[in-house]
Amino acid sequence: MSGTMLARPRPCEAGPPPIVVLPEKLENLVAAFALMPDRQDRIHALISIADRFRPAPPDLATKPYPEEHRVPACESEAYGFARPLEDGSLEFSFAVENPQGISAMAMAVILSETLSGVPPEQVLEVPRDLPNRIFGPELSMGKSMGLMGMVSLVHSLARRQLGRPN
Amino acid sequence: MSNIEARGYVHPDVLVSSDWVAAHLQDPGVRIVESNEDPLLYPSGHIPGAVEVDWTRDLNHQVRRDYLDRTGFEALMRRIGATADTTIVFYGDKNNWWATYAFWVFQLFGHQKTRIMDGGRLKWQKEGREFTKDVPNYAASGYVARDRDDSRIRAFRDQVLAHVNAGKRLVDVRSPAEFTGERLHMDEYPNEGALRGGHIPGAANVPWARAIDPDWGTFKTSGDLRAIYEGEKGLKSSDDIIAYCRIGERSSHTWFVLTYLLGYPSVRNYDGSWTEWGNLVGVPIEKGA
Repeated sequence: MSGTMLARPRPCEAGPPPIVVLPEKLENLVAAFALMPDRQDRIHALISIADRFRPAPPDLATKPYPEEHRVPACESEAYGFARPLEDGSLEFSFAVENPQGISAMAMAVILSETLSGVPPEQVLEVPRDLPNRIFGPELSMGKSMGLMGMVSLVHSLARRQLGRPN
Repeated sequence: MSNIEARGYVHPDVLVSSDWVAAHLQDPGVRIVESNEDPLLYPSGHIPGAVEVDWTRDLNHQVRRDYLDRTGFEALMRRIGATADTTIVFYGDKNNWWATYAFWVFQLFGHQKTRIMDGGRLKWQKEGREFTKDVPNYAASGYVARDRDDSRIRAFRDQVLAHVNAGKRLVDVRSPAEFTGERLHMDEYPNEGALRGGHIPGAANVPWARAIDPDWGTFKTSGDLRAIYEGEKGLKSSDDIIAYCRIGERSSHTWFVLTYLLGYPSVRNYDGSWTEWGNLVGVPIEKGA
């Protein structure tokens, strides 16, 4: 398994930060965005990713979407779902109800394309502040909260698959 | 409701409708400006001819916690090809939250010909109107800006403390969880929060988005707004009022509502807001509802 080693931010008195190894596809994507210091390049790359967004299929989720699948703190009214695969991993998909929720759509594509098929234990290792490493430093607090909420929901779905309490 | 004139605002001319904007897309005396929270929205499609003014890149000082200065504002206006006679029409996402923030900053420099497109991006999109990815390129203007005047519509911490001690009115436009002190900041980002939770003593809690019809993103009628701010919270147009939130962006929306739609003459925005007050040593704080 290859992986980018990311230091998880912690209070200064907490000692050295733990090393987080990202799943390979996510590692490649984070590395690609790290090579994009220009804001406009990053924005256009994210818009291209958002263009690939497709809502969760009807056999997995139908409206009204259950509240337990709602992304916490997301103002774009995003919902996350997971379909178990034979190997015990999950296939992730999302619905984004706000048509202006383009950042949420980009994040949904990133999470579904890079974490589907990944062992749930490894999904749980993905840091919550992943959106800031991809979207860059210009995100507002509210936008960061919503996108991090999508990571939290993926964690929740992975824990459920492992039979661990949320 | 689409008829702005019928809503009973004190200064209805500060709002323009999406119909008005559609009819002025080619008007050289009008510059349409999109201001969003989501940095992906403008490049993904905007009103034809609209330029982007970004709150982090264009409106904030890049080093200090402050807004751009006269030179910066002048450069911004020259870049978008605006003159002193240009009517600036702001619109954006989140019910024009960021549009009113940009509007407020423009008022610090006294650019009077400023408007908000009622309903913002949401209404334009729901009406099926055109968006384009083409970024316009306007000839630079020779805009000459005034010095920034913070005295009329901006409040600083010492002024807020004096305001509290004088028993004057404040409006906290944050969510109830922030107001009561239940929430300090978001996980993993303590630097964007505060060391203490709660609210400035005496503040009335009116979450900013209550001024909006959520279906269309348009402002509520003056009657509905008065029912909230005056009926529920007891504000009066004669009050000296300071609005605040976390960093002063949400409260600029409420500043806009009170100042222009309800016609209150003395409303200031405390942009230091809770990220400053909740970290200050020795200032009074109230907890709970």
